[in-house]
Amino acid sequence: MKFLVKIAGIAAVAVAFAVTGVSAKTIRMGTEGAYPPFNFVNDNGQVDGFERELGDELCKRAGYTCTWVTNDWDSIIPNLVSGNYDTIIAGMSITPERDKVIDFTQEYFPPDPSSYVALAGSNPNLKGGVIAAQTNTIQANYVASSGAKLVEFATADETIAAVKSGEADAVLADTAYLKDIVKASNGELAFVGDKIYIGGGVGMGVRESDTELKDKMNAAISSMKKDGSLSALIAKWFNGRKVTW
Amino acid sequence: MFEYCADPGSLDSLQWWSCYLTTGKQFMFYESFGTVLALLFLTAPVILLFGFGGAMARRSRVLPLRWFGLAYSSMVRGVPDIIFFMFALIALDQGIEYIRHITLCPDWTEPVRQGNDFVVCPQAKMPLSSAPQWVHQVYGFFLAVIGFAFVFGAFAANTLYGAFQAVPHAQLETAAAFGMSRAKMFRRILLPQMWVYALPGLSNLWMILIKATPLLFLLGVQDIVYWAKELGGAKTARFTYPHGDWRLGYFLVLLVFYLALTWLSERVFDRLTKRVSRGQATMGGTT
Repeated sequence: MKFLVKIAGIAAVAVAFAVTGVSAKTIRMGTEGAYPPFNFVNDNGQVDGFERELGDELCKRAGYTCTWVTNDWDSIIPNLVSGNYDTIIAGMSITPERDKVIDFTQEYFPPDPSSYVALAGSNPNLKGGVIAAQTNTIQANYVASSGAKLVEFATADETIAAVKSGEADAVLADTAYLKDIVKASNGELAFVGDKIYIGGGVGMGVRESDTELKDKMNAAISSMKKDGSLSALIAKWFNGRKVTW
Repeated sequence: MFEYCADPGSLDSLQWWSCYLTTGKQFMFYESFGTVLALLFLTAPVILLFGFGGAMARRSRVLPLRWFGLAYSSMVRGVPDIIFFMFALIALDQGIEYIRHITLCPDWTEPVRQGNDFVVCPQAKMPLSSAPQWVHQVYGFFLAVIGFAFVFGAFAANTLYGAFQAVPHAQLETAAAFGMSRAKMFRRILLPQMWVYALPGLSNLWMILIKATPLLFLLGVQDIVYWAKELGGAKTARFTYPHGDWRLGYFLVLLVFYLALTWLSERVFDRLTKRVSRGQATMGGTT
C-alpha cells in the first residue's frame, strides 16, 4: 500500500510538472564526478570541486537555475547531443575533433600541459613502454601515436591504480590532476619525463544548436574573467595557481 | 551523522569508521542495493509476461502471430544486451520525447534533428529539465525495467515454448477425447504441467538477470557496482575521509551480496521445483 502511495505521489508530481511547465529556465549541468579537483562527488554524495563552484556562479550570472548530473566520461558527449543534459563541464579540453560534434564556450581554464607519472625510482620507457590513459582523452590519442603501448581505463583513478599495481609503466594525464595524486601518494609516485603540450584550454561543451546558452555562458565567463573571480577560484582549487586573462 | 564527526582527522579508528560508514555517499551505496533488488523483483513478473506473450504467439493458430512470436524470440536473443541498452532504449526515450513534442508544441518550426543534436521543445522533455534528479532516476529505472523485460522476455518465451511442447501429447489427446475445448485443455492440462519443464530454464534466466543488473549504469541509474567503484577509488586530501585504493574491499562486499542472492534463489527454486513436480509423470514427481 505504501508503495502505491509512492507511485501515486510520483504520478502527481509528474502531472504537476506537465501542467505548470517551465518557469525559470533550468539547465542540467553534466559532469563526470571523478576528476578532482575539477569535479568529484564529495562525501555527502554531492558534485563538488572547481567546476561545481564555477558552474553555479556562471548559472547565477547567466540567470539560469542549474541542476547537476553525473555521467560517465566515455558516453558524456553522446548523452549531451541526445539531450539528457545541456552542458558538459568536466575538465574537457577544447579539441578540433570534439568541436566537430559539439560546441565549446571560451576557455575557463588555460591549456594545461600533460605529464607522465610513474613509481618513484623507476625509469620507464615513455616511447615504447606501457602507458595508461583515460579513454577518449587527448592523452590517450597522444600515447597511441607516440609509439608506446596504450592501456585505456574508464576513469582517471583506474589509470593511477594501474601504475601502482605495475600493470602500466606510467600514466599520462593533466598535470593539474596529477599534482594532487603525487602529493597524496607520500613518495610512492613521481613525475617523470618532460611535460607534453597537447590540447587547448578547458571549455564548457554545449550542443551545436544551443547558441543562446553558449552566448550567455560566454558572457558570464567573460565577466568572471574581468572581475578577477575566475582567477580567485582557480587559485583556490589549484594550490594558489596564478592565472591572468 | 554523529556529532563527533565534525573533524574526522582527529578521530581514533573505531569512531573514524563509524563516521566514514555513515556519510551521505555511503548511504547512497546502501540504497543502491535496494535499487538492484527492486529492479529484480519488478522486472521478473514483466519478463514472465513478455515470455508468456511470446510463447503464446509462437503457438498461435494465426500465421502472422506465429511469425511475430518467432521473430521476437529469435531476433532479440541474437542481439547483444549492451546494444539494446545503448540504442533501443535511447531510441525509445527519443521516441517518447518526439511524440510529446508533436502533441505539446505544434507551433514549433525548427527540425528535431539538427546535425548530431536531438532537439525537442522544453515542454516535451521527458522528464522535464526542471524536474528534480530523483524523477530522472525513476524514469531511467523504468526504462531499465522495460529494457530488461524485453531482452529477457525473449529468452523466457523460448523456455516457455519448449515447456509447452514438452507436456506429453497423449494427455492432450485424452483431454480432447473427453470433449474439452482448447481453452479448457490449456488451463487444466497444459498450464499446470509445463512449469516443471520451464523452471530450470527460468532459474537460469533469473541468475543471468542478477548478473546483468550492472548494465543499469548505461541508463544513468547508479547501481551497486558504480558506487563500489566510486567509493573504493583512492581519495586524496580533497575528501573528508581520504584513503587509498579500497576497491578490493568494496568488491568483496558485492561478492558476498551476489553469492547470498544466488544461494537464496537456489533454495527458492528448489522448493518451487518440488512443488510443481508433485504428481507429475517425471522423475521429480515419483518421490
